[in-house]
Amino acid sequence: MLDALAHLGRAGIGAIRRLGRGHLLAASMLLGSGEVLRRPGLLVTQLHSVGVLSLVIVGVSGLFVGMVLGLQGYHVLSQFGSAQSLGVVVAASLVRELGPVVAALLFAGRAGSALTAEIGLMKATEQLSGLEMMAVDPIRRILVPRLYAGFLAMPVLAALFSAVGVLGGWFVGVGLLGVDDGAFWSQMQAKIDFHEDVVNGVVKSLVFGFVCTWIALFQGYDAVPTSAGVGRATTRTVVHSSLAVLGLDFVLTALMFGD
Amino acid sequence: MQRQRLIEIGVGAFMALGLLALFFLAMQVSNLSAAGSGEGYHLKARFQNIGSLKVRAAVTMAGVPIGRVERIEFDQDSYEALVTLRIESRYDRIPEDTFANIFTAGLLGEQYVGLDPGGSDEYLKDGDTLEHTQSALVLEQIIGQFLFDKAAGGGK
Repeated sequence: MLDALAHLGRAGIGAIRRLGRGHLLAASMLLGSGEVLRRPGLLVTQLHSVGVLSLVIVGVSGLFVGMVLGLQGYHVLSQFGSAQSLGVVVAASLVRELGPVVAALLFAGRAGSALTAEIGLMKATEQLSGLEMMAVDPIRRILVPRLYAGFLAMPVLAALFSAVGVLGGWFVGVGLLGVDDGAFWSQMQAKIDFHEDVVNGVVKSLVFGFVCTWIALFQGYDAVPTSAGVGRATTRTVVHSSLAVLGLDFVLTALMFGD
Repeated sequence: MQRQRLIEIGVGAFMALGLLALFFLAMQVSNLSAAGSGEGYHLKARFQNIGSLKVRAAVTMAGVPIGRVERIEFDQDSYEALVTLRIESRYDRIPEDTFANIFTAGLLGEQYVGLDPGGSDEYLKDGDTLEHTQSALVLEQIIGQFLFDKAAGGGK
């Protein structure tokens, strides 16, 4: 009985400690932000591995999500005789929700896990300690460029996801199902507001980009330096980032569209 | 060095693609290209009942959108709705005795303000009020009226 209680307490203390370490790491990464300006080359390399290499998965997923939205939306809307609003349905759901959220989930799986594994292995093979021995701050040199790369790449990926998705929905709706081309675009333009919808979507993806990358970097930096530890940390990255994205999405949506 | 250059080109293309996508969303998907906000002049109209008219609803004349609803207020003195319309400045010859109606686009569509031009030679200027208005049709009221008439007719 007491053992169980102690176990619970230990788990709770561990979780709170991890939370504290995570925030300390975020603070020291933000304090070391100047490194990005001093060495833009590091940022470019990371943008390549985090952003450019995620392009294919994000683009293909966006296309298919848009096409499915076109099919499903047409099916429901045609029952009400308003298949012409298909453009609004596809664009609103992509720009407001699916673009930022699904792109962030894919980002967490594709780039976040890779970041965690990379940093975790650097720790396990004592490369991070090696850097410290040479008086190079691993946080500034290794973590900060990756954080900013994720922060910058995420909105780009989300915007691409939405744009490709709208084109996918257009292809299915106009090309295959025979919705009127003019009505598809004009209703979309009439109902989607740039500030209300598009900018809010970009703000969402900025938040998701920061949070996903932060979680990935922290899990790698905080990993138990063994192969099993790195494996567990990678799993935790995907689980925690996905939960954080979905939870934050609700909070942000309530703040943006709640009134 | 060659590899670094390839990476840089890749990242440049990536950023350009992202900006292109955002531009596409701004111009093609959203309404940024249509009717630049803030531009135009204001007209006021008082309605007995605006139904479910919303801010940003279209203002049309002969079916063509010429502006948007900018503000909807409740006037406590006359118990009427005070609707401020923003009309694009190129449409500056709206007769003074123009009639403002609230219509519904289709059976389930949104409500919008439709202007019927009058015959006056005087034109409305910024800040003027449309004198002739017709309230929104509220479906319940019409059905109520219909049933009432029916009952009254049946009694005779």
